[in-house]
Amino acid sequence: MATVTGVQTRERVSAGAAIWSWVTTIDHKRIGVLYFVTSLIYFMVGGFEALLIRLQLATPDGQILDTDTYNQLFTMHGTAMVFMVAMPMAAAFFNFLIPLMIGARDVAFPRLNAFSYWTFLGGSLLMHSSFLFGQAPDGGWFGYANLTSKEYTPGLSIDFWGLGLLVLGVASVAAALNFIITIINLRAPGMTLMRMPVFVWMTFVTSFLIIFAFPAITVALIFLEFDRLFGTNFYEVAEGGDPMLWQHLFWVFGHPEVYILVLPGFGIASEILPTFSRKPIFGYSAMVFAAVAIAFLGFSVWAHHMFTTGMGTIADAAFAGSTMLIAIPTGIKMFNWVATCFGGRIRLTVPMLFALGFLTTFLIGGLTGPMLAAVPLDLHFQDTYFVVGHFHYVLFGGLILALMGGVYYWYPKITGRMMSEKIGKWHFWLMFTFMNLTFFPMHFVGVDGMPRRVGTYAAGMGWDFWNMLISISAFGIALSVLVFLHNLVVSYKKGKPAGNDPWDARTLEWAIPSPPPEHNFDEIPHITHRDQVWYDKYGDGHGSAAELRKTDADADEQADEEHDVHMPNPSYWPLVVSAGLTIAAAGLMIHIAVAVFGVLWTVGAVYAWSLEPASTPSEEH
Amino acid sequence: MSDAAIAHEAPEEHPTSTGLNHRKILMWAFLGSECIFFGSLITTYLVYRGKSVVGPYPSEILNIPLTSVSTFVLLMSSLAMVLALAGFERAAGAAGDVERQQQELKKGRFWLLMTAVLGTGFLGFQAYEFIEFVHHGLGLTTNLFGTTFFVLTGFHGTHVGVGVLWLVSLLVLSYFGKVKPLDVELGGLYWHFVDIVWIIIFTLIYLIPH
Repeated sequence: MATVTGVQTRERVSAGAAIWSWVTTIDHKRIGVLYFVTSLIYFMVGGFEALLIRLQLATPDGQILDTDTYNQLFTMHGTAMVFMVAMPMAAAFFNFLIPLMIGARDVAFPRLNAFSYWTFLGGSLLMHSSFLFGQAPDGGWFGYANLTSKEYTPGLSIDFWGLGLLVLGVASVAAALNFIITIINLRAPGMTLMRMPVFVWMTFVTSFLIIFAFPAITVALIFLEFDRLFGTNFYEVAEGGDPMLWQHLFWVFGHPEVYILVLPGFGIASEILPTFSRKPIFGYSAMVFAAVAIAFLGFSVWAHHMFTTGMGTIADAAFAGSTMLIAIPTGIKMFNWVATCFGGRIRLTVPMLFALGFLTTFLIGGLTGPMLAAVPLDLHFQDTYFVVGHFHYVLFGGLILALMGGVYYWYPKITGRMMSEKIGKWHFWLMFTFMNLTFFPMHFVGVDGMPRRVGTYAAGMGWDFWNMLISISAFGIALSVLVFLHNLVVSYKKGKPAGNDPWDARTLEWAIPSPPPEHNFDEIPHITHRDQVWYDKYGDGHGSAAELRKTDADADEQADEEHDVHMPNPSYWPLVVSAGLTIAAAGLMIHIAVAVFGVLWTVGAVYAWSLEPASTPSEEH
Repeated sequence: MSDAAIAHEAPEEHPTSTGLNHRKILMWAFLGSECIFFGSLITTYLVYRGKSVVGPYPSEILNIPLTSVSTFVLLMSSLAMVLALAGFERAAGAAGDVERQQQELKKGRFWLLMTAVLGTGFLGFQAYEFIEFVHHGLGLTTNLFGTTFFVLTGFHGTHVGVGVLWLVSLLVLSYFGKVKPLDVELGGLYWHFVDIVWIIIFTLIYLIPH
């Protein structure tokens, strides 16, 4: 009967074969794990950079870092945290969960999915290899022209940054396209759009943001690299060029990017809160439409990053207005999350603690948003630590806390074991306390005028105490991360076995074993309700659970065909194509011949990929 | 060769939620993303119009009659693309009738070849135009016009080049029976998109007076 390949034959394999199986994997779950582990490593790297920055700033007139190193550190901290931590860690969740949540066996394009991961790895390694040459990017994560021009930043630092980001952009767009098609086209029978879990919706909206926002930064980076490599005039003031072009293109990408970062966090919180409140998400359709509204508005607010550039009062007012409008859909989401908890039977597990931590800190970060959107206030706050405090509240307090909650919530599904609740609570309270102690005082010194991106400050400005507190607390965050790592590792070996549904949860992934088999579902489920698994367990609150599954007859018929599960073959071509792209990008810094070689390599590998059969034709058919 | 020459619609194709093929939606979504890519390039060209501090300026150098011809060539390639797809579709539809199938397939291949030839012709015009401009003293780095013009039309030309490579690959693969009508249709979607972008570029750069 069931010809499920590869699952029953799980005998001991050699280390080489095990590594090869990861290199050639096109299983969305394994790719998800690859994304997670890689982004976790970059989280350490970025965090280490932050600690060095905080060491320097702990006391006035810090002597620990010289200016160049300081510039490199804050640039790479920002760039790594945005592009190599937040986005890929969200992608880890997308990869692992989306097919499971919509009742699919994999994503629509499994090999493209592997390509996205390897390209992300290639781009991020390319950028970080700059450290080996002592030429780490130092123009800020925003890379403003014309500071980044050859004239003001000779050497290769900006090229590592620009070319690395171009490669990372390819990875992001490819992954986003994949998720869009997967969600449109691979939903289980009966899984209408409005029955999808909110997390799937957030992934869907995020993916659209990615495919429409990334081309803008791609073009901006192409201009930058053309200016630097070939001497064009895009940002050359003497030739009539305008550095403002960079800012517009960058922020047309950059502001939607903020929602690309935070919407996955919304999605995770929207799964955790209902489960541990034992209530369906409050206002499902309002949640969905609010996210769509945020995405649309997100494209109309970019110039609020540029109030101090002298755009004129009308532009300032328009962008201030559109920015404040975003508070409406975001507010809808806040109220719905609170209403989801309201009257529920709340269980304060670690994932729930993180989700509640997300709600409170994201609220604080959100409230400083309209303050920054007000032009007169922004003119004062621009380039101060107030802004740093604001975006760390939304990105650390919002996104990272939600991601951490997501790790605790889905770890049992991924590994088959529970994470320790006891260590988890230590993790949560340490991280929650110290992140507030780190980022809240930044608002005070910011209002007081302490500039960001400057490596020293004079004594006697009244900032000494706060900076010392911030620096100590930053190490407190590092401590909490160590507790988290400890928990991850220990629980992998010693955690309680999880079973299919340890949290008594609601969505499809909890109906299958933990960890899920390679093919996910023995039978593709038939969906009749939102929160199908909850409905299967408890009914809809009116009828009893006994009369459920009336579609069983239906399903049985189909099951006969679907027992023949043919998973697509592993492939190394995605890795080969990614390597070609990375070589081409690196070649632009070395010699044009290397770049041409990389392009030819890529083209050849694309042909090999296209001509490779996606799956072995079955013998039975 | 008769049966092998045309791939049948794959029976193993899994049903999808929308009934549409994955790859077709992928192509549309990708083209959506490309719209922003070319939108950003075109916007930059427009923002920098008339901002060059030294010549040669567009009005001194643009050869509108020549480019009108090359535009016509590219537009005709879209027509050939439509006919190529029609050929492959009819061939697939005439699965029972081997002789008719071969005839239609032949037509499909002919028009596929014509599309690639016309696309190559367009690239030839573009290469000629670029070389002429350089002879008249307009290079990539000469002024803002040169910078924005060469980068915008260069990226468009690269897209046409990729399209030609794709069409030729389809043509070759069709002799091995590996090309389904859908494969041709996807190439066609891309080809028409690149064509439409050119119509916008042609209008904005060449036709609207400076």
